[in-house]
Amino acid sequence: MCTLEQRGRVFVLTLTGDGEHRLGHPLIASIRSALASVAATAAQANGAGPGAALVTVAEGRFFSNGLDIGWAGTSRARLGELVAALRPVAADLLALPMPTVAAVTGHASAGGFLLALCHDYRVMRADRGVLYMSEVDIGLPLPPYFMALLRAKITAAHALRDVVLRGRKLRAPEAKEMGIVDVVCPGAPETAAEALRLAEELAARKWDGAVYASIRISMFPDACRSVGIVEESDEEKARNFASKL
Amino acid sequence: MDTGSMCTVERRGCVHLITITGAGEHRLGLPLISALRSAVAAVRASPGAGAIVLAAEGKYFSNGFDQAWARTVPRHLHASMSEGFRGLLADLLALPMPTVAAVTGHAAAAGCALALAHDTIVMRASRGFLYMSEVDAGIKIVDYFAELLRQKVPDAATRRDMLLAGSKMTAGEAVRRGVVDATADGSVEDVVATAVAAAEGLAARGWDGEVVAEVRKAMWPAVWGKVKDYGTRSFVLCSRTCIARNCLQ
Repeated sequence: MCTLEQRGRVFVLTLTGDGEHRLGHPLIASIRSALASVAATAAQANGAGPGAALVTVAEGRFFSNGLDIGWAGTSRARLGELVAALRPVAADLLALPMPTVAAVTGHASAGGFLLALCHDYRVMRADRGVLYMSEVDIGLPLPPYFMALLRAKITAAHALRDVVLRGRKLRAPEAKEMGIVDVVCPGAPETAAEALRLAEELAARKWDGAVYASIRISMFPDACRSVGIVEESDEEKARNFASKL
Repeated sequence: MDTGSMCTVERRGCVHLITITGAGEHRLGLPLISALRSAVAAVRASPGAGAIVLAAEGKYFSNGFDQAWARTVPRHLHASMSEGFRGLLADLLALPMPTVAAVTGHAAAAGCALALAHDTIVMRASRGFLYMSEVDAGIKIVDYFAELLRQKVPDAATRRDMLLAGSKMTAGEAVRRGVVDATADGSVEDVVATAVAAAEGLAARGWDGEVVAEVRKAMWPAVWGKVKDYGTRSFVLCSRTCIARNCLQ
């Protein structure tokens, strides 16, 4: 379902196989386990010298086509379960103590698009694949934490409207123009390579992971609250300032 | 007017120019913060003040909080530096006239926040950058800083580059990304002249200063909410009732 490897300073989380990488319970659990492992390894290593980054990449034609609505079927309860299960994945990514890069190597829709958005940077292939918030077309309202994240990450009003209210399918170049994607690459191999290169460059800055995560959370307090992250108080941050003098 | 040699205030027509003096980094310790607050208060009480410009001499606009000073005092005094800075921001947000920052040199961390707290920002084209250095220094961002950045740099990618990547943003990039309003070629004095000209243009609109202040605070409610309790409360009433603001003299 997914594999985790470490290449130098960069952790690479790969959604494996040729399928749609639908976010059902098994894949979600796999991803959570991998992210927990990344955070734990980074916490251990931080004492020995910080500097790490995460790349999430996928095999095949899809980055992720969203929640496993096939499994949910007509059951609203099951769909609700999946929505609830993805929320901690978003929290794990937003709280991850290192820079994160999504290598969007294929279609990313709905929950899959959200997964990509939960990363600090997005590198995407130009030759195929779209970013697509399909909910309006399917007739599903967006869960509150989805909307909070979309509002936090897609800040141009017309861009947010196109994505969420019009169900616009974005190819990489237009997504870049809208500020949603950071780097556009020709195809999947280049996308993965560039994401890895960017991650290495970010890891080489040797940022303190806890501080990095704290700054990220301070940038999106509403979105972080919506996924259950509790921001630390200014007092706690002040203690950190004193310790750095 | 010379507020303890840390900054000067001069009038250029109806524009009041505050200049942080000296060749150093203009670190925002309690002394400089207090000097700036006094200067701002003096401008506020000045008859006929139509606009304010904040500039600096030398290579730096301001390189942030005075950590060297903070190292020498008990920890509970660090709060007074931060509170004083919040107060300075509150005073600028509540100022009943247009505000212009002339970013004449490097503006980092609190120095960058200070520049961003102005209505209009003119930046020196050839030298100096905006730099939120906290991520590189391993310092966390407190809520009013984060709000200020969110308000003044609404674009998510630009804000991420500034805060999470510690990007050093040159004037050209800053104007391209909408972080500053204009760049000015040449020396510090050229930048100041451009900023003063911009301030004159704003003052010439003849806006009611109290309305300017109310609109600004209403535009920035989240930031205002987090700093207003630290602002200066007592102001000479006659600045409001007795003195006509006539900038055509």
